[in-house]
Amino acid sequence: MNGPSRTNVRRRTASRFAVFGNRRLGYALVLPQLLIVFVFFLWPAAQAVLWSFRLEEPFGGGSVFVGFANFSRLFRSPEYLRSVGVTIVFAASTIALSMISALVLALFADQIRHGSRLIRSALIWPYAISAPAVALTFTFIFNPFIGLAGRLNAISPGLWDPLLNGAHAMTMVVLAFSWQNVAVNFIFFLAGLQEIPESTLEAAAIDGAGVWRRTWHIVLPLLAPTTFLLLVLNVAGSFTQSFGIIDVMTQGGPGGATRTLVYQVYADGFIGLDLSGSAAQSLVLMIVVVGLTLIQFRFADSRVHYGGAR
Amino acid sequence: MIVEERRGFSIVAYIVLGVGVIVTLFPVYFALVTATHDLQTVASGRAQLIPGRELGRNIAAAWVDGAIGARTWNTLIVSVLIVAGKLVLSTTTAFVLVYFDLPLKQLIFWCIFVTLMLPIEVRIAPTYQVAANALEPLQSLVDLVGVNRLALRLFGREIVLRWNLLNTYVGLSLPLLASATGTFLFRQFFMTLPSELAEASQIDGAGPLRFFVLILLPLSQTTIAALATIMFVYGWNQYLWPLLITTRESMATLSMALVSLAPQFDDLPTWNITMAGVLIALLPPVVLVLAMQRAFVKGLVSSPH
Repeated sequence: MNGPSRTNVRRRTASRFAVFGNRRLGYALVLPQLLIVFVFFLWPAAQAVLWSFRLEEPFGGGSVFVGFANFSRLFRSPEYLRSVGVTIVFAASTIALSMISALVLALFADQIRHGSRLIRSALIWPYAISAPAVALTFTFIFNPFIGLAGRLNAISPGLWDPLLNGAHAMTMVVLAFSWQNVAVNFIFFLAGLQEIPESTLEAAAIDGAGVWRRTWHIVLPLLAPTTFLLLVLNVAGSFTQSFGIIDVMTQGGPGGATRTLVYQVYADGFIGLDLSGSAAQSLVLMIVVVGLTLIQFRFADSRVHYGGAR
Repeated sequence: MIVEERRGFSIVAYIVLGVGVIVTLFPVYFALVTATHDLQTVASGRAQLIPGRELGRNIAAAWVDGAIGARTWNTLIVSVLIVAGKLVLSTTTAFVLVYFDLPLKQLIFWCIFVTLMLPIEVRIAPTYQVAANALEPLQSLVDLVGVNRLALRLFGREIVLRWNLLNTYVGLSLPLLASATGTFLFRQFFMTLPSELAEASQIDGAGPLRFFVLILLPLSQTTIAALATIMFVYGWNQYLWPLLITTRESMATLSMALVSLAPQFDDLPTWNITMAGVLIALLPPVVLVLAMQRAFVKGLVSSPH
């Protein structure tokens, strides 16, 4: 089906439902949510844009327009460029780790006859745990003195030192964040697998394709839409949701080794009170997140076109 | 799905899944075991994997000394407010988007869609400022149109609008109530219902609100249950927002209390009590998700993020 005719179908469907003509009641019912969106989303976002082009004094001390000065200061700051790098390393490693583990687990969970309900339950519940609870548990596991990782230091002192070694600290936050994210990726992969039509796989089996070949040549290509959706969700998530884990486990340390962009926005804006610098960073992050969301929804629309699954 | 069965393959499958389950369970098992030992054992530096007998005492210590008990109350209130508020706002908005004929529908849709792209993490400082005075947007409008110059001339004073949300339950919940996920999920669900439903109830003389409360909401039970689960977990686990807007100890939430339970570098390493706190904090949302697993998974997969 091509674009325009689908829009027509949708429009007709929508108006078929719209039977109530009381406009005043309609607007009154949506007003509360729109007010919240305006006051707590649109207004602060607009403020961030405004501040990023001005030099703001904290606590309402006045401001001057400075054009792109905040941004050029930002992109010349070695600290900021470092946190761009940290964010990329954090995102790439958590995404690779949690998506690949989740995919492998989902592929197998889809193939077993007994105990699949139980295994599913056992794999999805980390979704429900708060970031600070996950972070504290992993902080203790990786505690170099009395945690489980302390045993490494019993073998040879200094083998594991996340308090001073940046690479160790990064490993620790990546493992904690990925551990939790496997759950949500697993849920989505499994749902994607269940949408693959059985007949396709049966046909391949009759043609003599074994389970590995079916997985490689049929299942994984048909799972591509889910994988892509998850990739976008995970990139956005690793940019924004990493705050809790990092704040509790390392506070961005040691020496900025785990200071991601989100943590930098918080540290500069909320603790350092550099409102303009923080706002410029917010704007950069916003553009990234908006871009990712648009890609995700563009794609979700096209999935309706080509997806023969349901 | 299973197309054919091979013995060797199932063995591999169970081994891989077993490893996955162990890795998933282990950290929380480790927290549990730690919470069952006394300080001396935990501080000995030989991490234990077999439970001890001090669980009750550590839970009590976390509950009372760590003030986890009082903070749980705050967290429960805020989570319930968030679930109720999000459900009310998203069902009513979806109701209007589907069943009303409004010229500005497209704009409403986009306003709500936009919230998906503006997570709190990318607008920390300005959102904090709005929370310090939720009437700031209105005040700016008043200043902009010159009402204040008029007021100054007429009454000799300016209009000052203030509504401080810091350290309040309203502040902890209200800014989080907008729900694109909920609104779109309910909209999707309403559009799967037969369109004759609204017409029929209209012929029977029921107005829009009656139709909404007596017909639409009861039909939406499954979707409501799924979303309530997702939203409760979201509310219970909030960390950044409470951290920003609560300065008073008494308004702190569970997540914040947990973090303050963590031993600092030169403290006694009371990780047994910290882990007891972790167990208290994770139990309610985990139990809820497992109990509602079916509806929860369905809701999560079909909602936009």
